[in-house]
Amino acid sequence: MPRSPERPLKHPRRRRLLAILGFIGLVLVLWEGVKVIGGDPWRVNGELIWTPPLDLKFASDINLPHVWSIAAALSEPWRRSADTSLFMFLVGKALYTWREAAIGFALGAVTGIALAAAFVHSQLLERAFVPYVVASQTIPIVALAPMIVFFVGNEILAVVVVATYLTFFPVTIAMIRGLRSPDPRALELMRSYAAKRRTIFWKLRMPASVPYLFTALKIAATASIVGAIVGEGPGGVQDGLGRAILDFNQTYITGPEKLWAAILVTALLGISFYLLVRIAELWWLRDRASAVLT
Amino acid sequence: MSGQAVVHVADVTKTFDVPGRGTMTALSGIDLLIGQGEFVSLIGPSGCGKSTLLRLIGDLTVPTSGTVMVNGKPAQQARVDRDYGIVFQSPVLFDWRNVEENVRLPLELIGTEKAAREARVTEMLELVELSDFRRHHPYQLSGGMQQRVSIARALAFEPALLLMDEPFGALDEMTRERMNSEVLKVWAQTGITVVFVTHSIPEAVFLSSRVAVMSARPGRITKVVDIDLPRPRTVETRENRRYFELVTEVREALRGMDGRVEADDAALDRAAAEGGIG
Amino acid sequence: MTALRRNLPAIVVFFTTLVLWEVVISSLDVRSFILPAPSSIANALVENWDVGYQIWPAAQTTFLEAAGGMVIGTVLGVLIALVISRWTLAGDIALPVAVAISAIPIIAFAPIANNWFGVLSPTSKMVIAAVLVFFPIMINVLRGLTEVPNSSLELMRSYAAGSMAVFRKVRVPNALPFFLTGLKVGTTLALIGAVVGEYFGGLNVALGRIVVQSASRLSFEVTWAAIIVASVVGIAMYLLIVAIERVAIPWHPAVRGDRIS
Repeated sequence: MPRSPERPLKHPRRRRLLAILGFIGLVLVLWEGVKVIGGDPWRVNGELIWTPPLDLKFASDINLPHVWSIAAALSEPWRRSADTSLFMFLVGKALYTWREAAIGFALGAVTGIALAAAFVHSQLLERAFVPYVVASQTIPIVALAPMIVFFVGNEILAVVVVATYLTFFPVTIAMIRGLRSPDPRALELMRSYAAKRRTIFWKLRMPASVPYLFTALKIAATASIVGAIVGEGPGGVQDGLGRAILDFNQTYITGPEKLWAAILVTALLGISFYLLVRIAELWWLRDRASAVLT
Repeated sequence: MSGQAVVHVADVTKTFDVPGRGTMTALSGIDLLIGQGEFVSLIGPSGCGKSTLLRLIGDLTVPTSGTVMVNGKPAQQARVDRDYGIVFQSPVLFDWRNVEENVRLPLELIGTEKAAREARVTEMLELVELSDFRRHHPYQLSGGMQQRVSIARALAFEPALLLMDEPFGALDEMTRERMNSEVLKVWAQTGITVVFVTHSIPEAVFLSSRVAVMSARPGRITKVVDIDLPRPRTVETRENRRYFELVTEVREALRGMDGRVEADDAALDRAAAEGGIG
Repeated sequence: MTALRRNLPAIVVFFTTLVLWEVVISSLDVRSFILPAPSSIANALVENWDVGYQIWPAAQTTFLEAAGGMVIGTVLGVLIALVISRWTLAGDIALPVAVAISAIPIIAFAPIANNWFGVLSPTSKMVIAAVLVFFPIMINVLRGLTEVPNSSLELMRSYAAGSMAVFRKVRVPNALPFFLTGLKVGTTLALIGAVVGEYFGGLNVALGRIVVQSASRLSFEVTWAAIIVASVVGIAMYLLIVAIERVAIPWHPAVRGDRIS
């Protein structure tokens, strides 16, 4: 049921944090709950501490490692005789992937803004190209990744291209909306000043579109990470998370915790990039009422 | 006053908690008695609580103290018994329903039998002169037509009382005058009791049998003006000398409380957005 | 304005690109592994339609995986949204969590799904597609059920309508456009899920496998042919939802308006 309109929500931020912590707790409980019902006998450091009463074994230690096994794997060397822990190893890979993603993100954002500016100013361009912008997203971009690698020749560049491709679409669509968002009366006001199109663009359309831009950038942040990881697979980039996921997938049987750990770090990377954009948004729009919401 | 009391508001106070500003009194010591078949307008500056008073009558919000009776019952019981229909400032039509389906909505909720329901919808659409638009969707109608659909919907289940919350505030002056005449026609045909909230002095005087003038901070009824203009009221009414006298009387009743109102308006507007004062 | 005139610029762009591409490739003698000409891609498509790489059966497999994932993800997404929307604090708790989850590149789970449900089984691909589809559907339906205009709720309150009536007459119709938006996003994600799942292993008669294998053998005409078929499948699924949208919510601004906004 809807909240009573007379009782405004108190401490939304604290509640949100609690909600997320609660959710993480719930996931951990469910995770180990599944292990209680259908797991292998529980072992800590090789010692048998408990045997699940039901002999179902659908969540074996291979299928679903214990939470603490993954935590332990993160603190151990990433492979025998290596001196960095798996966590630091993955963080290094994550930073590398983030760099690729960030370049793609920036390029995609600029492309998206430029396209939107062109479409807003020319109906002909809009009619000619917007259908293809929309259609481009129904293409499973990942299918293009191997092609792009061969096409651009350079592996890292290919990864950046994929990340750019996934970024530009939400930015284009949102910016078309954002650049069109000014009140018609505000546009008329600018015309009454005999403002040039360029002036109207920089003084009215761009500032008005910033909230829309950030909404799109938040989506694009995750998308660019996805793009970078997918692009690394066929690209043969050796230093990124995508490669780590592929490698640990190959050796899953001998060390399932490592793949789970890599996925965990990927998730953290995605969330961190999202939060980075969110912080930028809060700062940029600190004087606008709309930033308080969402 | 004629007949039995349809609305009886006794010593009602309503306070809101405004974050950071403590408690604000929206209404204080309100007494109001409205008889069967009356047309009563509530008029006052923004923030005087006139919409809040209307919403109290409709049990859309509850008083902090005092009692509100409708048709001799507590307001909540009256709402559950569907004793009133309401028209808001915006038409609040459902986009996914066409005109006749929107009018039919309350009849569906009440569980009116199908044949009676269709007959009633037809009758209501004739009343507001929208029979030719039954299959149109709200987006295909002008603002004035949308509000007529909303009136037809409010009257669909033959309530004893019609509550109208600045229904024509968003319309242009010409459409508003035409809608005023339509409302009077509906009122005359159905004999319904109307409580009407408005900002507009001419509108209040033209429509009402009585005008309750309210002041703000805290909201009180400062004067009730009897409108003794002859009926039916027509275009000529607006040119009548008595009409101008009454407009002046209401205007003077409203004056003298302007100065101290403005300061708190922003805070109250914010509270209204969150809490529903109006 | 007629549909033809409105779409004319887009049509012109399409054919111009095609002709330019063909002319440039054949006149400059670009080596075909960098960018094959449209004609050779068309050739490869015909030659490998149901023999060789078997693009047509592969497209059917991939489509079934995507469609299966779509159905599973949609059903689960709607059900969970319905359950969550019954709680008072639904939006407060579910939405931040959903935002956090949507910031996770879910395709990283593809190898895990392959491990769980069998790398050769289409189920594993369906599951990946379903997980990707689940979130936009769940979030959109939840928003549609909860973000109802206050004025509508007040109107229903004035009729003393019960929560079931509010649910049926206001929340569900209000959620319909949100649901369809979720479906539109979902079609693309379902296909991506299926193709990525195939990347990480599976039977060879599947579009994702064809892309990987033909690229590793430098048969790029085939790769391009598979990509184009995958795109056509994606566009077809998307257009199907758009068609449903036209029928289901003709009153909605997104359907009425002729430009995206």
